[in-house]
Amino acid sequence: MSDTARDRILDRLRRAPRSELPRPAAAAAAAAPQRAAMLARLKSLLEAMRAEVHVVPAADWLPRLKEILRARSIKTLLYAPDTGVGAELSAAWEADASGLPDLVPYGGPVETFKDQLFAVDAAVTTAAGAVADTGAIILRPGPHEPRLMSLVPSIHIAVLPSAAIFPSLGDAMREGRWSADMPTNLLLISGPSKTADIELTLAFGVHGPKELIVLILE
Amino acid sequence: MTADRFETDVDRALADAQLRKNFAFAMGSFILKRKAVFSDAAETERLRTLGNAIKQSALSRLPELLEQLEASCTRNGIRVHWAETPAVANRIVLEVIESHAGTRVVKGKSMVSEEMHLNAFLATHGIEAIETDLGEFIIQLNGETPSHIIVPAIHKNKAQISKIFHEKVPGAPYTEDVAELTAIARRTLRRRFQEATVGVSGVNFAVAETGTLCLVENEGNGRMCTTLPSVHIAVMGLEKVVETLEDLPPLLRLLTGSATGQLVTTYVNLITSPRREGEKDGPQEVHLVILDNGRSRIYADPELRQTLQCVRCGTCLNHCPVYTRIGGHAYGFVYPGPIGKILNPQVEGLDKAGPLATASSLCGACEEVCPVKIPIPALLRRLRNESYSTAPDSAVLGHGCRQNLTERLAWKGWAFLNTHPRLNRWVTALLGAFGEYLPPAGPLERWMRYRTEPMFAPKSLHRRIKEEGLTDE
Repeated sequence: MSDTARDRILDRLRRAPRSELPRPAAAAAAAAPQRAAMLARLKSLLEAMRAEVHVVPAADWLPRLKEILRARSIKTLLYAPDTGVGAELSAAWEADASGLPDLVPYGGPVETFKDQLFAVDAAVTTAAGAVADTGAIILRPGPHEPRLMSLVPSIHIAVLPSAAIFPSLGDAMREGRWSADMPTNLLLISGPSKTADIELTLAFGVHGPKELIVLILE
Repeated sequence: MTADRFETDVDRALADAQLRKNFAFAMGSFILKRKAVFSDAAETERLRTLGNAIKQSALSRLPELLEQLEASCTRNGIRVHWAETPAVANRIVLEVIESHAGTRVVKGKSMVSEEMHLNAFLATHGIEAIETDLGEFIIQLNGETPSHIIVPAIHKNKAQISKIFHEKVPGAPYTEDVAELTAIARRTLRRRFQEATVGVSGVNFAVAETGTLCLVENEGNGRMCTTLPSVHIAVMGLEKVVETLEDLPPLLRLLTGSATGQLVTTYVNLITSPRREGEKDGPQEVHLVILDNGRSRIYADPELRQTLQCVRCGTCLNHCPVYTRIGGHAYGFVYPGPIGKILNPQVEGLDKAGPLATASSLCGACEEVCPVKIPIPALLRRLRNESYSTAPDSAVLGHGCRQNLTERLAWKGWAFLNTHPRLNRWVTALLGAFGEYLPPAGPLERWMRYRTEPMFAPKSLHRRIKEEGLTDE
């Protein structure tokens, strides 16, 4: 009999009568639906969760983003300068930033950036992919795109290349080889923050973003 | 808990018209929402069978998977702690908080932390743990415990919550507008998130292969608690481990579909390590506390082990005719409803929580909807029997606690009567003639509290068949 809690717990579990049951075989992958069908499903499910979805040609996403931002008259936009999306964004702002919010980079470790972070109006991040069957975008935050960008600002804008839409979460895991390389944090997001804790009445923006805007690039 | 206290609490709940209205409305809505998302019966059955197989497979290798989880987490930089009892788990959480001189703690929803009574424990050490899930926040303001696993404040209606906010949140105006109430909570809790040094959360699934903690939620408070503070402490029951990431998609579908009728929650949060080199946010330390609290004892019995398949979706509560009428508080323990009726008696002992297992009509609705197919009615019957068990090798805590002389004699007498024909004929004739005059006293009075009085036919069936013959053959 060992003397740590760990060993005592494991010892009790090992002494129980049991026979090993294999993991159930994974269901044979169904033929992947057409890209257009996946895109349509993703869009309608995200919209049903009150996300705003724009499907735009890849070349036109920045003008569309500018339209969206101008319509909302917001002052500050958090962005990630060291990502592809961030680089395109700052180039486009250099060309024309009239009526647009100031670009704010995530200026340092959150410990020194917290006040600014909570004051910023909106944030733009990349979406690493999306899942069509349940309707969710996949985020892989990291050094260049910190975790809180998609959580603290009231508006979260995600830029998703349509080539990264997977039929299901299982497909996304297998094709993206998640098990070999899990980041610190990986997220599925299906809409703005919401709650139904008061009389099951839906209310948005209880803690996280009040709005989720997804730009799907074709 | 005595059977008497349980009965008193049930009586009180049944007499509360507002409470019954609140639950009837909410449970009815949940049933419809679940139905909408599980509309294809064959597909739902396939999914439930898969969920059952994944959990049974994981449980069949539980000690090995827990060791693997520990190794994977440790490799990722997550510190793993083991606790046999809630007291030890509380102590571990406290030590981590104190090692960071933390006094401001924010909490995401976690039933295991309720099981530990963590908030009360921390309060005795001068640490205020703020519940940040809206429902939990409401009941914490009001000094209550959750009445439902998923929607902890569902026993309160809008007007009651408006009053609580107005009275307990400094500066909050009286409003019955749900959007405004939500905005008040947002304002209040955002400050708390910013100030907090430690975040505490539960775990929905822990993946042994990658050392990943999976948390699902709609509000984003869980993400706040696990990302903003510099220390994150996750607490989990030891049954939460699954083998691989690929086990997650079907389990997530089952969990969210059953719990809230959603295809996916707003956030699925997969946490695999503390902040890594070069990252700008996320906690610098992540701790995982693995709690036993009787689970290894439940595990010892292969039939009762199925209790540990539970994913805490709460759908058995929503579909239970008893829960819907009495609500969560009347049960008197952390886990209400059908899952509580089989879990609490095993964790706390039949002597303390055994009467819960009797509060069921055995209608079977819970088993029909359970996403991992726990045979709750069969386990209820098993626990009822265990309360009277004389088997010395029973692993159930408090087994045999309800053995008593009256019942033993009654059954002995019954057996004697039914093995002695002449006596049997005489006694049934006697009861047929005079049974209705039996005084409602003693054991009969107890029996009749929730049952109609026994009615004796003037002639026994046996007698009538002898006299009239069988005509319907």
